[in-house]
Amino acid sequence: MTEGKTVAWLLLLPTLLFLAAFIGYPLVSAFTLAFSGETSALDNFKSLFQDRMFWRALKYTLLLAGVIVPIQLVLAIAFALLVNTRFKGYSFLLYVISIPLALSDVTAALMSYTMFAPMGYINKILMNLGITKAPIYFFGFMFRNREFWVIALTEIWRATPLVFVIILAGLQSINREYLEAADIFGFTRMQKLFKIILPLLKPSIMSALLIRTLFAFQIFGVVWLLAGRDIPVLAGETYYQYIHLNNPKMASVYGVVIAVITLVISYFYLFSLQSKHLEGGR
Amino acid sequence: MIRKILFWFSVVMVTLWFLIPIVMIFIAALTPADDYYNPNKIFPSRLTFEHMYKLLFVLGGWKATLISLEVALISIAISFTIGLPAGYALTRYIFPGKNFVRLAILMTRSIPLIVIAVPLIVVYMEIGIADTVLGVALAHTAMILPFVVLITSSIFSGISVEYEEAGMIFGLSRFRAFLSITLPLAVPGLAASAIFSFIMSWNEVFVASILTLTNRTLPAHILNTAMTSPDYFKFAAGTLMALPAMVFIFFIRRYLISMWGISLK
Repeated sequence: MTEGKTVAWLLLLPTLLFLAAFIGYPLVSAFTLAFSGETSALDNFKSLFQDRMFWRALKYTLLLAGVIVPIQLVLAIAFALLVNTRFKGYSFLLYVISIPLALSDVTAALMSYTMFAPMGYINKILMNLGITKAPIYFFGFMFRNREFWVIALTEIWRATPLVFVIILAGLQSINREYLEAADIFGFTRMQKLFKIILPLLKPSIMSALLIRTLFAFQIFGVVWLLAGRDIPVLAGETYYQYIHLNNPKMASVYGVVIAVITLVISYFYLFSLQSKHLEGGR
Repeated sequence: MIRKILFWFSVVMVTLWFLIPIVMIFIAALTPADDYYNPNKIFPSRLTFEHMYKLLFVLGGWKATLISLEVALISIAISFTIGLPAGYALTRYIFPGKNFVRLAILMTRSIPLIVIAVPLIVVYMEIGIADTVLGVALAHTAMILPFVVLITSSIFSGISVEYEEAGMIFGLSRFRAFLSITLPLAVPGLAASAIFSFIMSWNEVFVASILTLTNRTLPAHILNTAMTSPDYFKFAAGTLMALPAMVFIFFIRRYLISMWGISLK
């Protein structure tokens, strides 16, 4: 058995070394970089907190997450219930819903631009129906409220399937006998949904919620393409600090802020999963 | 009856909600410029490959596509070469610290790549692989590798160890037993995860844009040029990004749900 142990570690070694070099080391040096001020370790964070752009980026990141995540959850549950009825042709719908899983944020942003551009399809249709005379502008600093909603809609379009996949897996693991028993007791559809399905889905809902929140703090491509810095977000500021201001230190500070938020959320995630196991033990 | 109509109505609505933007960007990419800027024409009078052609061969799209392909293939090659043995070790061996290793690999997946991009470019500049295909490929490997380890481990655990043991009884070494018995059985799953890895790399934009300046992958190239180009090039770019991903996801649609389950853990 001791030989087996050695072999196992030898098989794991390349992977562990690689991850240490390409994730562990950069992570540590991101923190070192972020905490290397000229007079004190917290210099960079002081200038971060004095930067209005940081607070706006934080605000918009939170706002976007706050709008996107709940809507995605509701839609994903509805889609999953629809697919899970296993009607004739459900596998086609399943494929259609899973297409956005393969599309990047950049692609989704461009698709959304196809619809919302000044000469995009929505404007053309509205103008041809005589509802509007001139194009409605959805993009530009002047219209950043509209930009915000276009971004939210794009993210909802692109990432709802992610939540959907988790919820659907949860739905499929619900024992059919519970629902059959409910039928015998004469439960209505709504009662079944709220008294049986949703409570049993709670673990899936929790993990979907937290994973989505985690990704929501890394939102970048959609915002950067559609709004640039009209709508600043944390990841966008990281990019801007490095690429446009050539300031790796501040870029790392933003990165570290995202990492810390992610860490807190993941901790919360692990914690809530553990409490789920405790409940299961009762 | 009403319930039935409502049901099919919602099925159709969901299908349209997901398909319309995709179909429309394909059409928009093939719409001639004068039709596009004519507010009275919703649908083009003819289709043209002019924008696609220009995007590919005048605006650097072809070069970026090739770089994206190289990056994806190199990262897949490295991730599978070192990740597959690790996944095997996690399923077939019992050793102290195994759960810790598994957890550590899981943890690396929840570290946002955004944080590691800037320190990586600093290192890359020192060792001279800044702005290279290899540099991006190594960073993408860091993103793909944990996924490959976890998914190969789950694939191997689905293949009974008894087949291998039977082979070993007949005199095969453990390595030969793995090569000639377990590996062939794992091929469909491995192929699906390779495709999935390809899509992950093909779509990744943040790290690729930070790490390169002239050798940009397709999404990085688009991110930095699209918004200053005329609209129809944006549509062509979106189409170019979407097509391979959609074809690939069609092939692996059966594996999709279980794979996302693993990649999201």
